[in-house]
Amino acid sequence: MSTAVGKRPALVWAVNLTVLLLVVIWTVPTFGILISSLRDKDQIAVSGWWTALFPSEQNIVARTAPPADAVEEDGRWVLRGNVFEGGSGRISAFGVSIQRPSEFEPGTQAEMRGGGTLTVDKNGDYVLAFEEQPEGRRGERIFVTSLEPPKFTLDNYRTVLFSEGIGQSFINTLTVTIPATVIPILIAAYAAYALSWMQFPGRALLLATVVGLLVVPLQMSLIPLLRLYNDVGIGKSYIGIWLAHTGFGLPLAIYLLRNYIAGLPREIIESARVDGASDFEIFRKIVLPLSFPALASFAIFQFLWVWNDLLVATVFLGNNEEQLVMTGRLRELLGSRGGNWEILTASAFVAIVVPIIVFFALQRYLVRGLLAGSVKGG
Amino acid sequence: MAVSTTAGPSASASELGSLFTTALLTLFIMVAGIVVSVAFAAGAYFLISLVLPAYKLIGAVAVMVLGVAACFGYFWGSNRILDTIYPASGANIAANLTKANAIRPWLFLGPAIVILTLYLVYPVINSIWLSFHGPTGQAWVGTSNYEWLAADDGFRESMRNNILWLIVVPAAATFFGLIAAALTDRIAWGNIAKSLIFMPMAISFVGASVIWKFIYDYRPPGTEQIGVLNAIVTSMGGEPQAWLTIPLWNNFFLMVVLIWIQTGFAMVILSAALRGIPEETIEAAIIDGASPFQIFYKIKVPQIWGTIAVVWTTITILVLKIFDIVLTMTNGQWGTQVLANYMFDWMFRGLDFGRASTIALIIMIMVVPIMIWNIREARKDMK
Repeated sequence: MSTAVGKRPALVWAVNLTVLLLVVIWTVPTFGILISSLRDKDQIAVSGWWTALFPSEQNIVARTAPPADAVEEDGRWVLRGNVFEGGSGRISAFGVSIQRPSEFEPGTQAEMRGGGTLTVDKNGDYVLAFEEQPEGRRGERIFVTSLEPPKFTLDNYRTVLFSEGIGQSFINTLTVTIPATVIPILIAAYAAYALSWMQFPGRALLLATVVGLLVVPLQMSLIPLLRLYNDVGIGKSYIGIWLAHTGFGLPLAIYLLRNYIAGLPREIIESARVDGASDFEIFRKIVLPLSFPALASFAIFQFLWVWNDLLVATVFLGNNEEQLVMTGRLRELLGSRGGNWEILTASAFVAIVVPIIVFFALQRYLVRGLLAGSVKGG
Repeated sequence: MAVSTTAGPSASASELGSLFTTALLTLFIMVAGIVVSVAFAAGAYFLISLVLPAYKLIGAVAVMVLGVAACFGYFWGSNRILDTIYPASGANIAANLTKANAIRPWLFLGPAIVILTLYLVYPVINSIWLSFHGPTGQAWVGTSNYEWLAADDGFRESMRNNILWLIVVPAAATFFGLIAAALTDRIAWGNIAKSLIFMPMAISFVGASVIWKFIYDYRPPGTEQIGVLNAIVTSMGGEPQAWLTIPLWNNFFLMVVLIWIQTGFAMVILSAALRGIPEETIEAAIIDGASPFQIFYKIKVPQIWGTIAVVWTTITILVLKIFDIVLTMTNGQWGTQVLANYMFDWMFRGLDFGRASTIALIIMIMVVPIMIWNIREARKDMK
């Protein structure tokens, strides 16, 4: 394709720009909450997050040291200091009267109304010089327009992790996710092996059933299972939600793994059989290690799905401190702290950071799994 | 496999009898395996909890390890039982192997079948039963739940919105995905671009709702807007809007969130399909002087219709179940209700399991055509 496009520089530019536009639209929303979560909470409420990326202009009023403290230098009385008083910033203009706070460029000399000259440098250093020894304990006012560098803080994260319960929810989510990812893999792998390499009546029917169950909406299962759980006594328990996620993930697991395991070379399995290996051994020693890519694909799917799930957790887990998962907590915060964006953005970022790391680290397997699930089959 | 073919079906009574014993034995080993391994894990957990009183993380890890161990224990144990009953040695080795091979697949499939039946098949049947019953699932009410549904305004609104979602989201996500796939394949930094467009896939619907609610944030006119959308509108001289409360249009603002998430999925799959197109067809078109646009729309797209259909249906199923976004962003207010959220409403706020089940069944019925199509495609694929 590059041959057709390569000849037209205008088209190459158009393609690059369009992709850039798409990428910007698709990343800016996430970027926005990341930046916001790092801002000062009072700032979030009064200015857009994009303003935090650039130095902001601020008007500040500084007061010099008392004129009486001036020291004599070369026949003049001089006061030195810095308008930021320990902070840092860049001066873009300064002035000596409140009416014209940005009259002078940094580095130039301004006449004070009460006598004397003032120079303020870019870094905030000022020199106030008088011809005669000044008096008075009140310092002169200096008006400066400064460019403040962007300021970021981790305070919001400290707040949400330790006092808004996000830290606890993080652990709860982890407790739900890991077993709910591992258990279906094991069960599905055995089933997929049986469906690929063992002969038994009803195999085709069973496969068709699995494909059919792939699309059964979760909503169907909620009420019957909730009733069942309450009867058995595992409503609102981790065991219950692990099994529920196992059940809901199993069709995809079996389907993905069967597609992969059925495609393994027949010779390997046949020759192992001839050597007297039982199906159990073949599965454990040959099929399981060879299927690693497919197992990884499903594991990522299931991990992302369970981690990000809200519905199953809301129905099968409780609302208390010990059981509220991160998505549930986030939903709760949206209700109770709807306007507190510093809490919402930091919480949201804590909730999405783990899946995003998993996603970028293991993208290869995820893509492979998607393709196996969608392009090949149905 | 060569061994198992000896067990051909026969109509004689003794064969039928042995089939029955085989089935019984299978069931026995399966149940014994499950019960023993679960009991073992539960016992071990009990012992551990005696030693380590603090629940929380240690307990969770213990349950995690034991659950996996129980799972593995079942497969190992049930296979051992089978090998003990029909040992692969001694005088009857051939007969033993035949019998063991008839049972073993079911041991492998056992837990999967039990779980699938319990979590997906039984609920469908139970939901149908519940839809003819009252709020607590005890009193038979005939078709009155369905009659209520047909006349209910909330249901109509949900249905209308779901249909809007069904029209807009799969189409938009597939379209943007196709564009992104076609364009990123042509540029040097295409893979990075793909990763970034794909990334929202990893974000939960709730997380995405927070992200987009922040974009739609509204401040009264005159104050500085902190939501990107209103900031853009006001910077161009417009009035800020409370986007999520504008009837009808707010549905589209919610749809944007799902489109944002799903475009990456469409892109990845369509990109693979585009790469699978035989080079010759494209080269022939180039030689014939086709422009890049003609090549795309007349040569490439027609060759990947099958994949486009798969992407479309996959997103359609997702849209039918859409729930989290609506719940967290508007909770169905201002005319944004959808079926799944409406069902959730009746389940937890209305506390009417009969009506909620009826709504769930409607979602199920809408999925059935896709289900049938999928099964047919899959069977074609396996032949």
